[in-house]
Order: sequence, then structure tokens, then C-alpha cells
Amino acid sequence: MPSRTRSRAAALALPPFERVLEEHGRAVLRFCVAEAGPQRGEDCFQETILAALDGYATLRDAGAVRGWLLTIAARKVVDQHRARERAPEPVADVDVHATAGTEPAHDGALWARVARLPEKQRRAVTLRYGGDLSHREIAVVMETSEDAARRNVFEGLARLRKELAGG
Amino acid sequence: MAERTSRSRRAARPTDMTNTRTTNDDLDAGIATLATELRAHALAADALDETRFARLRDCVATRALERGLADVAIACHDSPLGRIVLGATESGLVRVGLPVESEDAVLDELAARVSPRVLRAPRTVLDDARRQLDEYFAGRRHEFALALDWRLTASSASPSTKGRGRDGRPRPATGFRHAVLCATAAIPFGSTATYREIAARAGSPAAHRATGSALASNPLPIVVPCHRVLPSGGGVGQYRGGTEAKTRLLALEGAV
Repeated sequence: MPSRTRSRAAALALPPFERVLEEHGRAVLRFCVAEAGPQRGEDCFQETILAALDGYATLRDAGAVRGWLLTIAARKVVDQHRARERAPEPVADVDVHATAGTEPAHDGALWARVARLPEKQRRAVTLRYGGDLSHREIAVVMETSEDAARRNVFEGLARLRKELAGG
Repeated sequence: MAERTSRSRRAARPTDMTNTRTTNDDLDAGIATLATELRAHALAADALDETRFARLRDCVATRALERGLADVAIACHDSPLGRIVLGATESGLVRVGLPVESEDAVLDELAARVSPRVLRAPRTVLDDARRQLDEYFAGRRHEFALALDWRLTASSASPSTKGRGRDGRPRPATGFRHAVLCATAAIPFGSTATYREIAARAGSPAAHRATGSALASNPLPIVVPCHRVLPSGGGVGQYRGGTEAKTRLLALEGAV
């Protein structure tokens, strides 16, 4: 009986949010940190999860939950950037997070290079390989065409490749 | 650093050293390798960042509770029977999942029947339940003092079959199920009752089979002690958590 209940529930209803967080939360955190730096990225992550919980009942397709979460995250990152422009951090705070903008989101020089890519390429590469999104999902998150998403990923990789080869 | 990375990539693809393909092919191959490396680094970083993720998850859970966004808070508790999953709404404890039930299935049930906004979060009643369970298993507690949410007492059938059993006959009303569980909750620690006795106490002496089915779907086992209800013919009878668990609980209470 439990298995029957489960398959029926899984087919018709949204999965328990706890499972969504377990399966996709790390990708959301990775994206937020890559886009907003370690400190602000953590804030973005929390805001994203709270907003997702708030609107969870409106999600129509449980299969699209990853792209949906990252779309919210992308919006929170933009909010964060705007807030920062409006109210620059106090000097003392800047000292603490002096590296926030440039610090690599991941250990290793490779992702540090990703962080220095032009914005669209950086975001596309981060979503593709950090968030594990398809080109179609990236297009949704970045509000571009699928071709443009594919191109941004490719150009980002090509640029990295050239840098690595050329030193 | 860049040179070293570049060399190690070539080493991983020895054909690159000797092939005469065009630059474009080389670029494609290099990009494919780069993509694989980026993915691998991201996953490795995840492993390193697990403590950070856990910390943020706790922060988010607390804030979600404060804002009323977590409709069902859950917690796990290790007991002598094994791992128990607890679920609680704002009204109280709504579900006790025994070790024999899969945690996934319990979460799915809560998502489908209460709300999909299920989150591991520190609701007070969960802490109370865990402490009281510990005391119960240590023999220091004979009854539970917890706010209970009875909403899962209703039939678990899907809407299309609501009100009818698998054989097509009408299911007993929710009111009867609730009455059965209330009568069961009143059985003192260390004593037992038969299905017939509980049926009578619930107001329908003839409905001892329906009593069995109401107890079989008790959403709050242990706390509502359905393990204290036994067949009049002898033996311990059925239990949602398995016969072995039922026997152990009765033994713990000195009832058998």
C-alpha cells in the first residue's frame, strides 16, 4: 500500500519541498554564490528558498522545478545587485568581504576564471555546469532564446579554452 | 598554472598530440574536456561545501517557520525500534512514521494529504515529541502530553473512491475512525483491550472489523497506542509498524 500511495502521489501532486531542497538546493547555492559572491550569495540563496516555498503551490510542472528555482534565484541576484547599487556597503563591511566580487565560487582556478568571464557568458556557463541546466532551461532563466543560451555557453567555454591554451 | 592544466588535458587525450585534425576539431575536443572538468569541479566543491549548505538549510528552515511558510515541519528520531519520522503542523503532531514505513513514503503522504510545503524544521512540538518518546522508551513516561492534529484520521482514499472501500462498500465515517482512535488513546500504559471492546467504546459494538482498519491506518502510532489493541482470539495481531514492533512495545510496557 505505501508504494501505491507513493506512485499516485508522485504522479499527481508536488513532491514534498524537503526533497526539492535536497535534490536541487546545492545547485541553487552554487549559482547564487557564483553570481553574487560568497556572502551575498548566501543571502540570495535563503531569499530564493523562502520565495520558492511561498510560491510552491503555483508551480504547475513538478518536472520543471530546477529551472523554476534558478529563475527565482536569478531574480534575487538582480535584486541584490540593485540593492547594492542603491546602498553601497559601509567601508568596514567592504573590508570583511573585500573579495566578494572576485573570489572564486568554487575551489580551483578553473571556476575562478569563469567568474571573470563577461556577464552573459559567465551566467550561462555557471547555469550549465554549476546548475546542471539544459540550454532550454538556461534560456528560460536568462530570458533569451535557446540558441542564444547555447551560444553564450559555447562562447564562454571557447574563451576559457583560449585563455588556458594561450596562458 | 594554465600551462599545467593544458598539458594534463592533452595527456588525458593522447590522440591530440598526433592528430592532424583542423583547429576547430581541436577546439571542440578541448571544450568538451573543459566542460567535463567544470562539472567535476562543481560537484567536488559541493562535497566541500556540505557544511555550508547544511547551515544555510537550518537558517532557511527557521525563517520559513517564522513566516508561516512550512506547513508541515518534519524531524527524524532514532528510537530503539529504529528511525521514526515525525511530522507536525501548526496545530500539532500530525504523523508518526514507524521505522518499517519508508521515510520517502511518509513525506509523500504528507505532501499529498496535508501540504507539499514539507520542510525539516525545528517546530517546538517536534522537540517535545522526541523528548517524550525518549522518556517513553526509557520507561519513564506512561502517557504523552502533545498537541495532536487529527486530520490524517480521515480516509486515505483518492477523491474518486472517497467513502468507498476497495470492495466498493462504503467506508465507515471519519467520525467513527476518530472515535476508535480516541478510545484507543484512553487505554492506559501496560494494559490492553480487544478490537471488540474498542468498537463498543467507539459506539459500534458490531464494527470490530472497521475498528481494525481504523487502527491499521492510525497516523499517530505509539502516541495513540494502537499497539495496545489485541485480537480477542489471542496473539498480538496486526500492526502498522510490523508485528515485531508491536510485541516489543507491549513487552516494554510489561503488558505481555
